[in-house]
Amino acid sequence: MSGTPYAPHSDAETAAMLDAVGVADEAELFDIPDPVAFDGEFGIETRSEQALRRELGDLLAENDDLTEFLGRGHYAHYVPSVIDSLSKRSEFLTSYTQYQPEITQGFLQALFEYQSMLVELTGLEIANCSMYDAATALGEAALLAERVRSVDGDVVLVPENLREGKRSVLENYVDGADLRVEEYPTEQGTVDIDALDDAVDEGTLFVYAETPTVRGCIEPNLAEIGDIADEEGALFCLGSDPIALSILEEPASIGADVVVGEAGVLGLPASYGMGLGLFACKESFLRQVPGRLVGASEDADGTRAYTLTLQTREQHIRKQRATSNICTNQAWVALRAAMHAAYLGADGLVDLAEDCVTLAESLAQDLDDITGVRAPVDDRHHFREFVVGTDQPAAAVADDLEAEGFAVHVIGQHRLQVCVTDANAHAADGLVAAFEEVAA
Amino acid sequence: MSGNGSDGTRDREPGRTYDQATYAVSDEENEPLLTEKRSDTIEPGDALPDDLTRDELTLPDPEEPEVARHYTRLSQMNWSIESGPYPLGSCTMKYNPPVTEDVAADPNAAVHPDRSADSIQGTLGLLAGLQDYLGRIGGMDAVSLQPPAGAAGEFTGIAVARAYHRANGEDRSEVLIPSSAHGTNFATAALAGYDVVELPSAEDGRVDMEALEAAVSEDTAALMLTNPNTVGLFERDIEDIADVVHDAGGLLYYDGANLNALLGRARPGDMGFDIMHYNVHKTFATPHGGGGPGAGPVGVVDELEPYLPNPRVEETDSGYELAESEDAIERVHGFQGNWLVLVKAYAYIARLGDSGLADASAKAVLNANYLAEQVDFEVPYGPFHHEFAATAGDVSAADAAKRMLDFGVHPPTTNWPEMVPEAMLTEPTEIESKQSLDDLAAAFDAALSSTDDERHDAPSRTAAKRIDQTGAARNPRLSWQSLDEE
Repeated sequence: MSGTPYAPHSDAETAAMLDAVGVADEAELFDIPDPVAFDGEFGIETRSEQALRRELGDLLAENDDLTEFLGRGHYAHYVPSVIDSLSKRSEFLTSYTQYQPEITQGFLQALFEYQSMLVELTGLEIANCSMYDAATALGEAALLAERVRSVDGDVVLVPENLREGKRSVLENYVDGADLRVEEYPTEQGTVDIDALDDAVDEGTLFVYAETPTVRGCIEPNLAEIGDIADEEGALFCLGSDPIALSILEEPASIGADVVVGEAGVLGLPASYGMGLGLFACKESFLRQVPGRLVGASEDADGTRAYTLTLQTREQHIRKQRATSNICTNQAWVALRAAMHAAYLGADGLVDLAEDCVTLAESLAQDLDDITGVRAPVDDRHHFREFVVGTDQPAAAVADDLEAEGFAVHVIGQHRLQVCVTDANAHAADGLVAAFEEVAA
Repeated sequence: MSGNGSDGTRDREPGRTYDQATYAVSDEENEPLLTEKRSDTIEPGDALPDDLTRDELTLPDPEEPEVARHYTRLSQMNWSIESGPYPLGSCTMKYNPPVTEDVAADPNAAVHPDRSADSIQGTLGLLAGLQDYLGRIGGMDAVSLQPPAGAAGEFTGIAVARAYHRANGEDRSEVLIPSSAHGTNFATAALAGYDVVELPSAEDGRVDMEALEAAVSEDTAALMLTNPNTVGLFERDIEDIADVVHDAGGLLYYDGANLNALLGRARPGDMGFDIMHYNVHKTFATPHGGGGPGAGPVGVVDELEPYLPNPRVEETDSGYELAESEDAIERVHGFQGNWLVLVKAYAYIARLGDSGLADASAKAVLNANYLAEQVDFEVPYGPFHHEFAATAGDVSAADAAKRMLDFGVHPPTTNWPEMVPEAMLTEPTEIESKQSLDDLAAAFDAALSSTDDERHDAPSRTAAKRIDQTGAARNPRLSWQSLDEE
């Protein structure tokens, strides 16, 4: 019987260890009553490393090779090779949470720098080391509101076009706190300000808006949204991402109390929805922040050093009174995002963000030139993505595009959505040509 | 970088040699933060009108070679499983096979979650395979892969229990949790809106059956349990425990943190558990990445399958599909969880197969027992399995741990669980050799026999000396901007 290839014991060593413990074989060490012992087999075959790579390579090759123009919450940007080579250094990849900070200064400093970059991008004073993704960050933000707001309100207001998965996660998070999620109307893909003003009252705990929105629209009325929330003492939570934030209005300047979103736009390629939850907030909420925080301190020599801090907020100390149940988070993805931001620098990040505007603008223009196609549908400035109107049924157009090698979103009977970034811009002309074939 | 003895004494010291102190530097030459390397202030261009844009942005702007050196240097100030023993109890720090990284790096794995099911049969096939494998390993009938971490798995499981009770027209208000349980259990129950009823442990370190019987009622939604428990003991009364909880109408939840003790020897489903989560970043060797990403798939018995979050992968005659259930709980992740982690978990399970998985647990339990035999520490509770809770006795466990860093090993989890005074919860996992365990034992013993001063002054071979935790919390400085304000 072959054992695990990842235990280094020779037979002689195993025998010596069993002897030292005073048992004849490992089975004697298991104190499991017979009725619940398992003597069957899982039926899982052992593979050699080579056979494993071949088998899983073949399996994944069953994915069709499509060029994706997909976004709606999960975005692909080109991730430079150096991010892979650095982040996959085993010192980073195979380390644990920094419970012994003296011997894990490297990761702690990297996370401190990640936090600092988000502080710069949001203008808010506090950023944590990560939540799982944008949706869980939003759920945590709503619960933060419940802890920090003295208003009696229990209504969490979200835009009617919030992506379904995100809405569902939010519902799950607020269920235990007896909060209610309600929708407010949107127009042209962004907040309907008058309708929002009507919807917010003394029962409102939390107002959520996004920029760019799920339809790729840049929200033009952020400061008004902040004012509307503030007038009723509701917490204003803005959803965005670090690339967009490098050129869009600074959240702190428009009255955001919390910023959540998908920070995996940096450092994380398309990965079937895996994310990196951005969470930043005002300093006054410090003791109520969910998740890990890295702080600067000094060591015994008086040299600057880093450590996880304010851990009395966390589950391993505070148990049921913790600010969240989160333990394992997305630290390594945060490391990669910080590396990617450092690689780009201020200049590169702003260039990338402007490309997200101009690429979308130009692709929308090219599509709009096609008979039977209108883009963008919303009369707004766009970031990365936009909604496309089709005379033909959208689902049929999408199917035909897929046959031509392109994936786009279907969001309505005559509505598609298309996302373009530096990762797929090289194929934009091909997409336009395919649209001409199938949608005209 | 070898730490081998310029002072000529290290070769005689116990444990292993590892020296980060060479990276410790004075303030003047302090390894600069990124921001101190040519930061740049930029104004956005004219892609958008001014009223939609920020005024300026200041970020570090290093060139690629500088980025490489910055992060390489940071990595050199970081302990990892490839650096040496990492016996954190309850954390299962085992070797992360690089082949799993290569599998996950397959360009065909880089797909968007909104792709049509037809066009991602490979992805869905792999997920279906992992659902199947995990079901077999845990003895569970159905599995959701959506939870992105162990605590998210707990939340999923407790939300499933909540949905089940609600569907039965019951509004149960309490979750029972042993006092020695992981902190996440308590926080999860509270997050799901339950009151926590803490169960004291019996003198033998296991569940106190009398206390359990006294605590269960028609308000009991679930009992959350780890088995073996947090001091490594198998809950021998598990069948009775299951009966007591089930008789009261409650559900039994299995926290998978300690599953590495049981592979091929026992399955939660056979013990009477209704719901469980798997920590794939523990048991199935996906890298911890300095604190994540992990994945916390949840398995349930047949009766609870309809409540698992949507969607789940199903195999049909025409291939794999994403299926939805009307009774499903709300989601726990915006998409399908930590896909790249799930790929690595699948690869690890498939590499080991039945015999490798069983051997992993056998060697993990052997290693823990052998190490406990070698150290001069008292271990109050037994027989333990993959981990043991030693006590440092009159010595501060936290100080002993810092002293262990001087001997080239990472210390165990300290001061937890609370039922063992000055606890050092130790889980060597199967990957340590006899020699490595002997080195680890030598480090334990040397830390115990060190003087108070030596322990207090430790560590000395790390990039930072003892760090002021109190000061960090009292005067929070959480960004380079806050350092600038000083």
